[in-house]
Amino acid sequence: MAIGNSGKGYVLLAPTLLVMGLALAAPLLLLAVYSLHDQNGLALGGWTLAQYRAVLASAGYRSLFLRSIAISGLVTLVTVALAYPMAYFVAFHARRKFAWLIALTIPFWTSYLLRVFAWKIILGFDGVINSAALRLHLIDQPLSLLLYNPFAVVVTLAHAWAAFAILPIYVSLEKIDRSLLEAAGDLGDGALRRFLRITLPLSLPGVIGAAILIFVPTTGDYVTPELVGGTKGTMIANVIEVQFNSVGNWPLGAALSLVSMAMVAVIAALFVASARAAAKAAR
Amino acid sequence: MSFLSVSRVSKSFGGAAVVDAVDLSIERGEFFALLGPSGCGKTTLLRMIGGFETPDNGTIAIDGEVMNTVPPHRRPTNMVFQNYAIFPHLNVFDNIAYGLRRLRLRKDELRARAEAMLATVRLEGLGERAAGQLSGGQRQRVALARALVREPKLLLLDEPLGALDKRLREAMQVELRAIQRKVGITFLLVTHDQEEALSLSDRVAVMGAGRILQVAAPRELYERPNCRAVADFIGDMNFFHATVRQIGDSVTVNAGLLGILALPRANLAPGIRTDDHILLAIRPEHVGFSEAGVAGEIASATFLGERSHYHVKIAGRSDPVSVSGIAPTHGTVHLVFPPDHLIGLPNA
Repeated sequence: MAIGNSGKGYVLLAPTLLVMGLALAAPLLLLAVYSLHDQNGLALGGWTLAQYRAVLASAGYRSLFLRSIAISGLVTLVTVALAYPMAYFVAFHARRKFAWLIALTIPFWTSYLLRVFAWKIILGFDGVINSAALRLHLIDQPLSLLLYNPFAVVVTLAHAWAAFAILPIYVSLEKIDRSLLEAAGDLGDGALRRFLRITLPLSLPGVIGAAILIFVPTTGDYVTPELVGGTKGTMIANVIEVQFNSVGNWPLGAALSLVSMAMVAVIAALFVASARAAAKAAR
Repeated sequence: MSFLSVSRVSKSFGGAAVVDAVDLSIERGEFFALLGPSGCGKTTLLRMIGGFETPDNGTIAIDGEVMNTVPPHRRPTNMVFQNYAIFPHLNVFDNIAYGLRRLRLRKDELRARAEAMLATVRLEGLGERAAGQLSGGQRQRVALARALVREPKLLLLDEPLGALDKRLREAMQVELRAIQRKVGITFLLVTHDQEEALSLSDRVAVMGAGRILQVAAPRELYERPNCRAVADFIGDMNFFHATVRQIGDSVTVNAGLLGILALPRANLAPGIRTDDHILLAIRPEHVGFSEAGVAGEIASATFLGERSHYHVKIAGRSDPVSVSGIAPTHGTVHLVFPPDHLIGLPNA
């Protein structure tokens, strides 16, 4: 039997398509179906938009959405801002690039959960920072504002996702033809202008990639706010978990999930568009 | 003092001298070429003049100002890079206007200057085209326009035509020369292509192994090379061993196979004395076929149109003699070597 070119493509894609279909598309479809029903005891009730109305009408959910986005936005900003100089150093100044990249990613060889617990130990009431500061007589009593708040969530997430920012930014910086920088210098630009007019715009794909790579999953992060966020650091994923596990209101949990996904998608799209526009404006 | 003055400039990388105590003077408005094989240090010299490398020793002065430690963005030079280094995120207009933006020009003035330059390099109407959609020749023009629009005192060109195919290269050579005449800026071109250097430049410096071997106008370089390396690098050349017998109004040499010959005094490179062992050099087109002369056997003949190129084996010599002319395609011929065209070079 002859298989056409597109046919071959589908054959090659088949395993992936199968997994994606069963593990991603089907559950997502199921989630959509759930979100359009109401809960009738333990069974599903009839078709309705009530869940979405409940989500959108509730001030509590709205502030939770905003907080999730604010926290992961901040995480994205902090991570990218800290990762950029590191990636820049490795791409432009480091002698043993590969060794540096390995060194930078070593912390990510341990489990995510372990790293979150590590931060718990560092930030805790009788944790590393507090006991060190007490010993040095910098403070009289332990600070309680380090842990169980949005600050702790931002610090923990920013550290957890650092590698996902460094690597794409590094790749985009590494790709920049060094003669372009020489040409910019030749045409009258000092180091700072050269960076702003050539290096930054050309590394923008890496920055956008890193930002999306961090913003999208951290908005829905559940583990970190659960472990270090306290009540003020709760994010939308924690509430979704409660709806599915404790309360047992799957339709409401499904609606919250889908609204959250839609919001992340819209914000990511707006971000990419505005970043591109900003790069165009910088000539 | 010359417009560009390079004196005793040296540069080594990792202990190896790449540029070795080079002296060079270029006059204002000249089209000057640095010619040499790859690895001879010509690009490093150009990059030191542009400010991308710092000399280990010596001074570089442009228009009377010492430039050694001045960074590229403060030098009155601009460069056309070998790979053109077109900014990929900018369109043609913005590439050309790049170096104008920080000069605080009025908006209409900036536009006028960039548009005028687009016209000079014949890219009118392509200002909005993205950098990625340009052909090789167009990229070369953009790189040239981008450098010229800043009206540098000195334009540096690093193998600017190397990436183009032969036809385009020849067309661009003519155009480059015309643009240089029009803008009147001093051009310093680096190339390994002798034809390009000879056809474009007012003067050429031939470099070899980090040193400048000879600086001369193209015709002089071709007709009176001062050493074997220059003679070898430019065009095709036959060499014969000889010994100087007497130096007077003319020079008598014993040229072995060619017999005793008398050459004009001007054909002898400076510094050669009586009894010195020398090389006699002659171009293939100056070797003649005749009835009598040195007998030889045609080893190969290549038809080139109006004339042919021959390799002639002569007795007592391993290398065949290169001859350009018109003769039968095989058999025995007789070669004559007119003394006026024989040049005496040091045997080094």
